[in-house]
Amino acid sequence: MAAAGVGQQWVLVEMVQAFYEAPTYHLILEGILILWIIRLLFSKTYKLQERSDLTPKEKEELIEEWQPEPLVPPVPKDHPALNYNIVSGPPTHIITVNGKECINFASFNFLGLLDNENVKTAAQASLKKYGVGTCGPRGFYGTFDVHLELEERLAKFMRTEEAIIYSYGFATIASAIPAYSKRGDIVFVDEAACFAIQKGLQASRSNIKLFKHNDMADLERLLKEQETEDQKNPRKARVTRRFIVVEGLYMNTGDICPLPELIKLKYKYKVRIFLEESLSFGVLGEHGRGITEHFGINIDDIDLISANMENSLASIGGFCCGRSFIIDHQRLSGQGYCFSASLPPLLAAAAIEALNIMEDNPGIFQTLRAKCERIHKALQGISGLKVVGETFSPALHLQLEESHGSRENDVKLLKRVVDYCMNSGIALTQACYLEKEEKCLPPPSIRVVVTVEQTEQELDKAASLIKEAAQSVLN
Amino acid sequence: MERPGRAAAVAGAQPRANGCSGAGHGTLRNGYVRRFPAPDTQVDHIVHNGGLYKRPFNEAFEETPMLVAVLTYVGYGVLTLFGYLRDFMRQWKIEKCQNATEREEQKDFVPLYQDFENFYTRNLYMRIRDSWNRPICSVPGAKVDMMERVSHDYNWTFTYTGRVIKDIINMGSYNYLGFAQNTGTCQEAAAKVLSQYGAGVCSSRQEMGNLDKHEELEKLVARFLGVESAMAYGMGFATNSMNIPALVGKGCLILSDELNHASLVLGARLSGATIRIFKHNNMQSLEKLLKDAIVHGQPRTRRPWKKILILVEGIYSMEGSIVRLPEVIALKKKYKSYLYLDEAHSIGALGPSGRGVVDYFGLNPEDVDIMMGTFTKSFGAAGGYIGGKKELIDYLRTYSHSAVYATSMSPPVVEQIITSVKCIMGEDGTIVGKARVQQLAENTRYFRRRLKEMGFIIYGNEDSPVVPLMLYMPAKIGAFGREMLKRNIGVVVVGFPATPIIESRARFCLSAAHTKEMLDRALKEIDEVGDLLQLKYSRHRLVPLLDRPFDETTYEETED
Repeated sequence: MAAAGVGQQWVLVEMVQAFYEAPTYHLILEGILILWIIRLLFSKTYKLQERSDLTPKEKEELIEEWQPEPLVPPVPKDHPALNYNIVSGPPTHIITVNGKECINFASFNFLGLLDNENVKTAAQASLKKYGVGTCGPRGFYGTFDVHLELEERLAKFMRTEEAIIYSYGFATIASAIPAYSKRGDIVFVDEAACFAIQKGLQASRSNIKLFKHNDMADLERLLKEQETEDQKNPRKARVTRRFIVVEGLYMNTGDICPLPELIKLKYKYKVRIFLEESLSFGVLGEHGRGITEHFGINIDDIDLISANMENSLASIGGFCCGRSFIIDHQRLSGQGYCFSASLPPLLAAAAIEALNIMEDNPGIFQTLRAKCERIHKALQGISGLKVVGETFSPALHLQLEESHGSRENDVKLLKRVVDYCMNSGIALTQACYLEKEEKCLPPPSIRVVVTVEQTEQELDKAASLIKEAAQSVLN
Repeated sequence: MERPGRAAAVAGAQPRANGCSGAGHGTLRNGYVRRFPAPDTQVDHIVHNGGLYKRPFNEAFEETPMLVAVLTYVGYGVLTLFGYLRDFMRQWKIEKCQNATEREEQKDFVPLYQDFENFYTRNLYMRIRDSWNRPICSVPGAKVDMMERVSHDYNWTFTYTGRVIKDIINMGSYNYLGFAQNTGTCQEAAAKVLSQYGAGVCSSRQEMGNLDKHEELEKLVARFLGVESAMAYGMGFATNSMNIPALVGKGCLILSDELNHASLVLGARLSGATIRIFKHNNMQSLEKLLKDAIVHGQPRTRRPWKKILILVEGIYSMEGSIVRLPEVIALKKKYKSYLYLDEAHSIGALGPSGRGVVDYFGLNPEDVDIMMGTFTKSFGAAGGYIGGKKELIDYLRTYSHSAVYATSMSPPVVEQIITSVKCIMGEDGTIVGKARVQQLAENTRYFRRRLKEMGFIIYGNEDSPVVPLMLYMPAKIGAFGREMLKRNIGVVVVGFPATPIIESRARFCLSAAHTKEMLDRALKEIDEVGDLLQLKYSRHRLVPLLDRPFDETTYEETED
C-alpha cells in the first residue's frame, strides 16, 4: 500500500521499470491486495440483520412472542365525528338535516348553482350521451371532448394560456405541488394553509418553511435568511427551486392574502408563487376570477393557480391554470391526473354550464359580496364569540373569545351553539380538522357560509339566532 | 430492472433494505420453479402450495428473448443519440424548438425543470404522443367514437379535424362488466337522482355532505363485499393515498409489492411508516421480509414494530397477474400482520359472483383486514371504498383525511354504483349481472387463449381480464397503437416509465360488453398487425387446450 502512495510521484516509465524489476512474491502479494480491495469495494456493506446469531428456534420464539398493536385503536362511542349529520334529499338552500328542515348555512354552494335547473339540464344531457363513468385515466381513453372543452373554457375564463382538470378537488393542489417541488427544493408556506396544501408539501418532500399567517415581514425574514444561506453555497442555490404557497382566501381563517406585496417579494427574491383559490374562485373580483382580479394583478405574475370546482361551480373536481410552460408539465407529472380515472363527463358538463352562468351574470358576485358584508356586520358584538375573516369572505369563522379550559370543552360548547341553531332551522357546522395531523391547528370554530340564495331576512335571522344561541350556551 | 415510475420511487425511500435486488430480465419472474427442465425456454411456471388453492392458478411470464432484449436496448440507444443530436441542433437554432418557454421576466429564476427530466419527453415520448390521450366523444363502452386529430408538427400540437371516427372497438377502457352505458336502469336511476339532488355536494362528509344516498351506498357495499361495514370516497386514487396514513404511522412497517400502483406508494409514503418492497407476487420474498422484520425489529432503535401492513393489489394492471391471496393470507396469519388488499381492477371482474379476488379463491372476506377497491372500473362510475370490520370503518369515519377535508361523492355517481352493484348481486330481480360476470370470464379465457396460440408473449394470469401483450421495442409502441387505430381498434400501449424500459407492451382490457364477433375481429387484426410488426416473439407452441387445462393433481407441492 505504501508503495502505491510513493508510486504516485513516479513517472510512468519508472513505474513500468519497477514493475519488471519487482520480485515475483512481491507482485503476487500486491495482486492479492488489489483483489482484496476489489472484493471490499464490491461486497455488500455488511447488514446489521445478518450479525445476529439467532438460531431458527429462537427466531420462531421471537415471532411467536411478538404482539402487534391493533390495526386501529377503538373510537370512543361519543366521539363527535362518529355520528355524521344525515342529509336527506338535496343539500341545497333548504336542507333536511337529521330529519329537520333548515336553511343551509353550511355548504359551500356560494352561487347557488347546485340547484340550478340549467346546470342540471346540461348534466342530464351529458349523462344521456356519455353515461356516468369514464372507465379510464386521461391517457387511456379517459379524455372526453367535454374535458377538453372544460379546460379550454376555464383557461379562457381565467385568461390564462392553459388549464388542467383533476377529478377530485383535494387532489388538485396536493398533486400539483409535488409535480414541481422536489426533494431539496424550498417551499415557503403560510402556516394557516389548508390540509390539501400540507399533504402536497409532504408528498413533495421539500424543505418547508412556515411563515406566520399573512405576515409579510416574517416571510421576508425567511427569504433573507435563505439569501444569506445561498450566498454561502451558490452552486447549490443555482439548482434549488423556491416556491411560495398561499391561499387566496384562507379556508381556515377566512382571511385574504396580501397578494400585491407577495408579488413584490416574488421578483425581489426570485421565488415562484402557487396560489390556492378554492374559496376565492367564483367569489372575488368583478367577474369572479378570484383574487388576482380583486387586486387587479396580472395573472401571469402568479406561476400557478389551483382551485376546486366543488364550491362556487357546485360540481366535483378541481383545476390548475397558468402558462402552458408550467401547466403542461402536470399532464405527465401530476400524480392525481395521470393515475386517476378522469372526471365523470356529467360533472364536467355541470361545471361548463356553471361557468356559462357566471359569465352571463357578473352581478351575482356583487350580490354575494353584499350578503357577506351584511352577515359579517350582523354577527359583530356577540358576547363570547368573535368573527374571524374578511367582510367579503363567503365563509367566515366564529371563534370563542376565550377558551373554556380545553379544546374538547370548546368544541362541545360550540356544538351546543350549532345544535341550538339547527333546532331553530339554521343549518350550521363546525369547521372539522384532524387535530393530530394539522401542522398548525386552527382554534375550534363555527363556519358560517353565505350563498346568494339566502335572503336578507334569512341572513338576519341566522345572525340573531346565533346571537341568541351564544347567549344561552355561553353565558 | 426496476419500475422507475412506481416501485423504484419507494425503493428510494428504503434503498434495498430488504436485500432483494430487482429481478434482472434474464431471471425467472416471480421465482417460479420451472415445470420442465426445458433447454432455453420456459413457459407456464406452475404454482406450488397447491393445498391452499381451491382452483388452478396459471400465471405465465415468458422470458424476454435475448435477441429482442438486445435489439430493444439498441433501439433506445439510437433514439437517445438522435435525441442528443436534435437537442444540439435546437440549441444552435438549426431546428425550431417547439417547447413552451419560461416568461422573459422570470428567465433569471432557478429553472423549474431540470433538463434531463425533459429529455425523455422531448425526444422519445413526443414521437409517439398520438398514442395517448386520444379524445373520445361517446360512451366508453364496447365500441367508442373518437375525435379525429392530426398533427402537422410531429405531435407537438394537435388539431381536430372535426370528423369523428365511429365505432372503434374499445379494448382500452376498464369497462369490465359493461356498465359504461348511456341507457338502461343504471342511467335512468342516475338521471333521476341527478334531477333531484344536483351534481355536486359542496361539503365534506363530516360537515354537511353526508347524504342519505351515501349511507345507502355504504350499507350496500358492505353487504356486497361480505364485510361488517364500508365507507365510500370520491376518488379511487385518494382512497389509497388518504387512508393509508390514517392506519399506519411512524414505528409501523409497510410491506409493499414492487408493482403496486402509484396511489398505494403515495399513501405509504405519506403515512411516515417504514416501507420495504417485496418482489412482485413472490411469497418467499414476502415471508423473508416478514420474518426478518419481526425478529430484528425496527432499525437502530431495536424496538419491535408496532404493526406490519402488507399492501397488495387484486389484479396488477400492468402485468395482468392475480395476487396469490391464499398464500398471502396464510403468511399474514402466521406473522400476525395486517393485509390491505386493493381491488381496483379485480372487484366485479373476478370471482363467480363478481366479488373480487376473495370470491375468486373462495376465501373468507374477514381474513382480509382492509378491503379497498374502486368504483371506476367494473361499476362504470367513479370513486373508491374501504370495507372491513366495524371498528376499522368507525375509525376511518373519524380520522380519514377524505371524510374531513374532501367533498363527498356526487349523488348521481353514487346512484350509478348502487344500481350496478344491485345488478351484480341479482337484487334487481334479474340475472343480467351474473350473466355479465360469466361473459367476462369467458371472454377473458377465449381472448387470452387465442392470443397465445398466435404466438404472442402474453403476461399474467389466464383468468385476468387485463391482458398485456409484449411489444418490447420502443418503435413498436407507436406503430402498434397506430396500426390498430387504422383498423378501428382502440388499444392502450405503455412503455417506460410505467413499465421497465425494455418491457413495453400493449394492454387489452376485456369487457362483458364485447361480443364474440368483436373479439374475433380484434383478434384477426391483432394477428395481422402482429405479423406486420413481427410481434410473435413466443418461442413455445402452446397446444390449443380446453378451457380448463389442468386439474388439481398436476400441482406438485414443494417447499423450499
